Amino acid sequence: MSDLPVLSVLIAIPLVGAIVTAFLPAATARLAGVAFAGAALLWAAIAALSAYDLDGGMQLTETHAWIEALGVHYALGVDGLGLVMVLLTVALVPIVLVASWHEADEEGNGGSRNFVAWVLALEAMSLAVFTATDVFLFYVVFEATLIPAYFLIGGFGRSGRGRAAMKFLIYQLAGGLVMLASVIGLYVVSANSGNPSFLISDLAALDIDPITQRWLFVGFFVAFAIKAPLFPVHTWLADTTEKATTGTSVLLICVLDKIGTFGMLRFCLGLLPDASQWATPLVVALALISIVYGALVAIGQDDLLRLIGLTSLSHFGFIVLGIFVFNSQGISGSILYMVNHGVGTAALFLVAGYLIRRRGTASIRAMGGGVEKVAPVLAGTFLIAGLATCGLPGLSPFVSEMLVIIAAFEHAWWAGAIAVTAIVLAAIYVLWAYQRTMTGPSGFDRVEVMPDLDAREVGTLTPLVLALVLFGFFPMPLLDVINPHVTDIMSNVGVTDAPPSVTGGHP
Amino acid sequence: MTDFVKPTIDYFELFPLLVVFGAACLGVVVEAFAPRAVRYGAQVLLSLGGLAAATVSVVLIARDSEVYADGAARGILAVGGTIAVDGPTLFLWGLILVLSVAGVLLFAERHLDGGVSAFSGQAAALPGSEAEREASTRGLDHTEVYPLLMFAVFGMLLFPAANDLLTMFVALEILSLPLYLLCGLARRRRLLSQEAALKYFLLGAFSSGFFLYGAALVYGYAGSMDFADINESVRNDAGNSALLLIGMGLLTVGLLFKVGAAPFQAWTPDVYQGAPTPVTAFMSAGTKVAAFGALMRLFYVAFGADRWSWQPMLWVIAILSMLLGAIVAITQSDVKRMLAYSSVAHTGFILTGVLGVQATGDLAVGEVSSLQSVLFYLATYGLVVLGAFAVVSLVRDSGGEVTSLDRWAGLGKESPVVAGVFAFFLLAMAGIPLTSGFVGKIAVFSVALAAGAWPVVVVGILASIIAAFFYIRVIKAMYFDEPVGDGPSVVYPSVLTATAIAFAVAATLMLGVLPGPLLDLAGLAGQFLR
Repeated sequence: MSDLPVLSVLIAIPLVGAIVTAFLPAATARLAGVAFAGAALLWAAIAALSAYDLDGGMQLTETHAWIEALGVHYALGVDGLGLVMVLLTVALVPIVLVASWHEADEEGNGGSRNFVAWVLALEAMSLAVFTATDVFLFYVVFEATLIPAYFLIGGFGRSGRGRAAMKFLIYQLAGGLVMLASVIGLYVVSANSGNPSFLISDLAALDIDPITQRWLFVGFFVAFAIKAPLFPVHTWLADTTEKATTGTSVLLICVLDKIGTFGMLRFCLGLLPDASQWATPLVVALALISIVYGALVAIGQDDLLRLIGLTSLSHFGFIVLGIFVFNSQGISGSILYMVNHGVGTAALFLVAGYLIRRRGTASIRAMGGGVEKVAPVLAGTFLIAGLATCGLPGLSPFVSEMLVIIAAFEHAWWAGAIAVTAIVLAAIYVLWAYQRTMTGPSGFDRVEVMPDLDAREVGTLTPLVLALVLFGFFPMPLLDVINPHVTDIMSNVGVTDAPPSVTGGHP
Repeated sequence: MTDFVKPTIDYFELFPLLVVFGAACLGVVVEAFAPRAVRYGAQVLLSLGGLAAATVSVVLIARDSEVYADGAARGILAVGGTIAVDGPTLFLWGLILVLSVAGVLLFAERHLDGGVSAFSGQAAALPGSEAEREASTRGLDHTEVYPLLMFAVFGMLLFPAANDLLTMFVALEILSLPLYLLCGLARRRRLLSQEAALKYFLLGAFSSGFFLYGAALVYGYAGSMDFADINESVRNDAGNSALLLIGMGLLTVGLLFKVGAAPFQAWTPDVYQGAPTPVTAFMSAGTKVAAFGALMRLFYVAFGADRWSWQPMLWVIAILSMLLGAIVAITQSDVKRMLAYSSVAHTGFILTGVLGVQATGDLAVGEVSSLQSVLFYLATYGLVVLGAFAVVSLVRDSGGEVTSLDRWAGLGKESPVVAGVFAFFLLAMAGIPLTSGFVGKIAVFSVALAAGAWPVVVVGILASIIAAFFYIRVIKAMYFDEPVGDGPSVVYPSVLTATAIAFAVAATLMLGVLPGPLLDLAGLAGQFLR
């Protein structure tokens, strides 16, 4: 399959699916949607197993001139970072579609047909984001993801979602437009050096002077910080997860927000290495604030979905911290974290969604507890997903969190020390939420008749839980894909790991 | 640069101008002698025929034009150097003619308001009088609007081609006078419409005075009205530079008034709101294209050697326009007024491209030039704004068009297609990728940044963020808000308006996804001839 435009086909599958399902009746649209999402998953898996070479570098590349007058190319390619993101995306979308089976058809929601079509459109755009190797193309699809996301938030979920959707879109557009200035800036720098181009490979070869780098960095970083999100531009996050359906939240938090950290690695570190090092103190400080602040605010939430949204703020703090401490454990830990967070948070969102649908409320206080006895499977999955979130050894997020914390200690002891506190705080928000919602005597009569998870719901959670356990004990397949990319980044930034040293003499 | 002057009138190159003018005059004759019943059909056919002939001849001229310096410029200076039929002119002619065809289609729409056009039955009758009622019951129609439109098109074609100050002034007047009249001819809300026409006329006449005074002063400086001679004088720094600067400033006021840049934007919201919507659509698109063509020719050709005097001024104007347009648009509760303020902001964006001019030697091979970016932006914006106003004319209730934003709530449920099309135009205006507006914005910002105007670009980004807010608010109202009362109703138009809107949508999408051909065409147009 060497001549096939593998990545174009991968993007085209969900895109065609989106157009097709938009014209089908609701019941057929759901089946067709799952079929298209499954086809994309299958295609990506085959491509990853047969055509991807673990040695690293950009692979499966396609380059075609798109707008010659502006030096724009339609250029795709994946490296280790891109590949794990692509796989995460194609794996989560079918799960979300099955998990949201009836939800979109409920009173007041926009209907399954629209839901499936927008989800597939979002999948196509996200895949394009993770595979784009032209800055212009990246920007185009980066912004294009917002349209399906906007309609998913605004059209499905709880009342007040229109406002949440608007807040989401304004934040993201603002960030995107700030980035636009930097995108244009890169073009001008490349034009001044005689070869106007948007190709990442061309831009990486440029020698940009440090002051210009810093301005360009600011533009990119602001956009990615809003996307990720980082403190203090995170306020759209909790509002969005509260109002949107949990399926939408999974796509937003577990896939779309990764674009932020993905972009930091690809553009900030990849194209502007000097400026990235220059900005390290501020970025590390923001990341640490996000870690602690996100965890503290999550503890105080009464709305379960807001709580889960805010835990992500803490986790994105970890990811950004790992990226900007500039050592190989940190960066590979961060990339691993991006995958694990995607899987773990998806499981948590989905099971929380199932619980909320049964109880008719998202308020922890109003739920009143007692679920454990009547719905042990639901409570058990919630516990596993929750423990994964707070980094229990044996579950995959532990590995990545560990790597990042080690890296942070290597960077500066205080950074590591502050980051570690989040583990304690995470235990509080997860276990306290579990205690109040699941344990104890039942607060409501309705609990007595509350059904446990049905086969469809168990089916959506099983792959996620399996992945959590599998990668918890055996993260090597992921690390094998990620590590060549980490080496590339490290050499590009021009840092090497400090050799392990032992101070003091032997006794 | 060539000193190539032909003493004769170049009929072939001027054919588009002549045929449009001829069609306009014939329209007057039709109006005088044809019976009322056949006038509508005859006028529409005559206008469309004239515009089509002009468009075809533009293409023929462009294929046949002389090329200088390896494609750096093309065309000739016609009629003793007073009219430049060069690459940019031909590009703008083609664009204006396309917009005019769409304008005629909108003018000819008679399906929306129960079989009559959007224009007053008898403009001379006092609003609310017996004569007006009689005109209305007899179903009268002012078919004079078509010759008026054609005269305005003639002015628009002449304006960017004018190569001396007097021709430019004459073109300015030819383009403006019919528009003043057209603005006052609305069938409904006639007082508002007449007020708009009066305001437009008074301020327009005032700004023409500025232009004429500026022309006189520049003549005093250079001893010539001709752009090439003015350029020569500027280059040699001959004469009193105070005269030049004041003259340049006054000329700029006249032109900036026409494009609606801050602080000369005061007429835009009132006129856009009061004028019949088809006129607003045609005028907002056509005038801007023509006036920016003239503005660039004046600055690049006549004052090109004195770039450092006028670039800072345009920096300030561009920044003011973008900020004022974007901020004030937020507070608007009327769709037409909101679009008017957004057009002020877009004027600022286009000026950002205009001020991004660099010496040809400073451009890398393959880098986009400022003229190229502005021509492209004008094409994208002209079509988007025309389409958006055309959509506005579809949303109606028993009292005519509904332009209050509150009443647009829930339009997405009433008519998904119309709301979707309008949302698409709004996204294009906001500059979202995969629409033409995005590529235009990238182009003008990159030339400005390349010319070192980063403060303007930063403000431009800021204004885009503010602007995104009010565009999205409309989308939210249409899709996610509950309708107030009965909600608006959408009247499906006849094939005329539908064609115009469909064309605008298709072009906006095409230019967003595959902007290459048009960008190349704008690049092929090359530089202005001197």
